[in-house]
Amino acid sequence: MDAKGKAFRYGNNVDTDVIIPARYLNTTDPKELASHCMEDIDANFVKQVKAGDIMVANHNFGCGSSREHAPLAIKAAGISCVIASSFARIFYRNSINIGLAILECEEAVQGIKAGDTVSVDFSSGTIKNESTGESWSAQPFPPFIQKMIKADGLINYLRKEARA
Amino acid sequence: MSMTMSQKILAAHAKVDAVQPGQLVMADLDLVLGNDITAPVAIKEFAKFGTDQVFDKKKIALVPDHFTPNKDIKAAQQCKMMREFAHEKEIENYFEIGAMGIEHALLPEQGLVDAGDLIIGADSHTCTYGALGAFSTGVGSTDMAAAMATGKAWFKVPAALRFNLSGKLPAWVSGKDLILHIIGMIGVDGALYKSMEFTGEGVSSLTMDDRFTICNMAIEAGAKNGIFGVDEIALEYLAAHCARKPVIFSADEDAEYEKTYEIDLSTIRPTVSFPHLPDNTRTIDEVGEIRIDQVVIGSCTNGRISDLRVAAQILKGKKVDPRVRTIIFPATQNIYLQAMDEGLLKIFVQAGAVVSTPTCGPCLGGHMGILAEGERAVATTNRNFVGRMGHVGSEVYLASPAVAAASALTGYITNPETIKEN
Repeated sequence: MDAKGKAFRYGNNVDTDVIIPARYLNTTDPKELASHCMEDIDANFVKQVKAGDIMVANHNFGCGSSREHAPLAIKAAGISCVIASSFARIFYRNSINIGLAILECEEAVQGIKAGDTVSVDFSSGTIKNESTGESWSAQPFPPFIQKMIKADGLINYLRKEARA
Repeated sequence: MSMTMSQKILAAHAKVDAVQPGQLVMADLDLVLGNDITAPVAIKEFAKFGTDQVFDKKKIALVPDHFTPNKDIKAAQQCKMMREFAHEKEIENYFEIGAMGIEHALLPEQGLVDAGDLIIGADSHTCTYGALGAFSTGVGSTDMAAAMATGKAWFKVPAALRFNLSGKLPAWVSGKDLILHIIGMIGVDGALYKSMEFTGEGVSSLTMDDRFTICNMAIEAGAKNGIFGVDEIALEYLAAHCARKPVIFSADEDAEYEKTYEIDLSTIRPTVSFPHLPDNTRTIDEVGEIRIDQVVIGSCTNGRISDLRVAAQILKGKKVDPRVRTIIFPATQNIYLQAMDEGLLKIFVQAGAVVSTPTCGPCLGGHMGILAEGERAVATTNRNFVGRMGHVGSEVYLASPAVAAASALTGYITNPETIKEN
């Protein structure tokens, strides 16, 4: 098991402007960004989130701006994995590039309520709702992406490739 | 095997004969873009890469356009970081205040975009350049950092949706209305991970500015890129701006599209996106009575000269409603000058609007037009998310310059067809 925590549950089309409002983009400090994460739709998130917790959302999570500050804020807030029915493409890319674990799994999203305890096994893609006992298998990453995650993000991966 | 236009550009830059949807390729880039919000994160990442040099000083563009002229001390620090990086790495396409314009209007104008190019930018509206037959897409700061170091980026080859256009847009209806109509039809994730390719005889009736607006908002349907074929209108624009020779790609006749939408341009109505998603569209005939506090005309979506001309046509000799703060942003210094030469700025000021230096400011709630709780704006920008232009309890209605200008006059969201021209 690679991630285990309490689920924060959100709906469709959570955009990067609510993940981290643009008024806070005058900094690049992940901790400062994290202190405003989700505040426009869930003022309690920052107060309640604990290291290891899991974010669960419906379709098109992370739509809108290309700001990498969005996955950085989520990661620095302590979230260990985001599970969604689908992700907006730039957010998907950015998350992989900075090493925020994300999984697409419609069935898991349907079976997880706010406050449930959820565990995730990254190597097998297994998502388990510890509160209900249900579990699901998410599509594992393609090999190309797995290599990048194993190298801990894009920059390290490319450095490794350059040396090879 | 048959390919779409987007797939052919990716194949050429990955130096392979053919690609298919879903395939992952590493490809050579023609241009890498960053701004004062995304570049600072990229510069920090670049430092980790362990190289002193960028891959090509000519193929990186850095544009301080978002929180500039510097809105506060933190923004000033970020701009300083980018300025010093540009100087140290001898980046040729750094645009200081005075030369700066809104990036997606500026780069094509400065000749940095050519047909057939593969471009990434750490800004989601980088998809704008598809209007000139380039494959261009938004990425994050880490991708930008890696691209500055290596000149390469990885891509998952997208499948495509085709929008086959026929007929001609009616008076007062623009590319903005068409793209809002399309987003309303397919949804904010209707083109997720895919290309939106615009084809058909109707394309020839769309101006270059219309095409920039349409491709600019492809991301608002979740698309990876939007793209037009290269025709006489695009070639004429390129000849006037870009010194390089255009490389023209066109889709194979039997290219596969996941879906083709047939759109008769003559049926498009002025269209407005209601809060809080761009796909929450209504035609102007369905908007009802919506009182507004602010009008914003400008942005990478609609701050070009034809947008300003339409606004001036409506505002000429009239006064904006005294309860409506009307703010107009020419997107680049050249557009500003052109608007001055054509007398448009005088029309705006005499109508009671203000004219700003180019900046992304209000579009993303940065500065120069922030909304208070309960306030509503009609904006020619591209997003109307919760809190996008200011207070979390404010609202943004997305519309064309014609609808925005007409609304400024009446104080309500207004059909431009009902305004009598002076």
